Amino acid sequence: MLSTETDILNAAEAWRRGGRGVALATVVETWGSAPRPVGSHLVIDENGNFLGSVSGGCVEGAVITEALDAIADGRPRVIEFGIADETAWRVGLSCGGRIRVFVERID
Amino acid sequence: MKLASLRALNVERAARRAALLVTDLDDGSQRVVRETEIPGDPLADILSRHLASGRSGLVEADGRQFFLTVQAPTVRLVIIGAVHISQALCPMAAALDLSVSVIDPRTAFATPERFPEVPLVPLWPDEALAGPLPPLDRYCAVAALTHDPKIDDPALLAALKAGCFYVGALGSRKTHAARQERLLQAGLSPEQIALIAAPIGLNIGAVSPAEIAVSILAQIVSTLRAAHLRVAKTGAPA
Repeated sequence: MLSTETDILNAAEAWRRGGRGVALATVVETWGSAPRPVGSHLVIDENGNFLGSVSGGCVEGAVITEALDAIADGRPRVIEFGIADETAWRVGLSCGGRIRVFVERID
Repeated sequence: MKLASLRALNVERAARRAALLVTDLDDGSQRVVRETEIPGDPLADILSRHLASGRSGLVEADGRQFFLTVQAPTVRLVIIGAVHISQALCPMAAALDLSVSVIDPRTAFATPERFPEVPLVPLWPDEALAGPLPPLDRYCAVAALTHDPKIDDPALLAALKAGCFYVGALGSRKTHAARQERLLQAGLSPEQIALIAAPIGLNIGAVSPAEIAVSILAQIVSTLRAAHLRVAKTGAPA
């Protein structure tokens, strides 16, 4: 089963130990009808493989792009998606909620 | 995140111990705080409150914004007795995200037809907890519901010795007085025996099996949340 937050953190550790560049994304704040609760994780490797989710699939693509940047430069970042943000409409958090996601490299 | 921090979180989770990851969102710095380390942490009060609620979230302290990732072990409910109350209790406990299992050596009671989709162990409690089910720990609640001392007593002994956060036993005050006497004879201290919730459940005037299940679950939730707070204040397991 690769569904719980535990499995995701275990996968993050295993991937990093296996020598891959790895980033972890965590939902740190939600407003309105956000699809995934605060604390939800998405783990991403340098090749764009991922596990878990921070939304119902709506913004994962954008988070993965940020994660690849974080793997490259090592800088943690906070990104926000929501209806107040024009770009968020493009990546599509169509449920009308807003979320903030912390993205960090596993060093 | 440092790989060592990730490793520490995974180790604590595998050992069924609570831990928090504190992330400073301004500079990305982090620390892992194990449950026993909470009282010595600068954010002790905030951390213990979040652990008690079981919720990850943002907090402000000293003008900085921190994100707390709360990692608490899944709470298990081990029910002794595949009885009518247990049939009502299982789906309600699952709705509360408790990991439920039922133990009853009486195979006439312990049938999959009566308990669909519930891990059911038709063995004596000591046998069931020595392999088929993982051993009890402090993130376990044990509800002894058979009314039969041969089955309930060994489970109560095991639960109290393992430091389960909740131990409840069905039966009247008279039944419980006799039980207390037997458990004293079996070597438990009066203090340990006093931890048993008996008669089981909050007093809400419950009559039907479903109502009794509600009263038991309400008591379990109340004990769980209070237990976390006690740990955080004293630094010792409750």
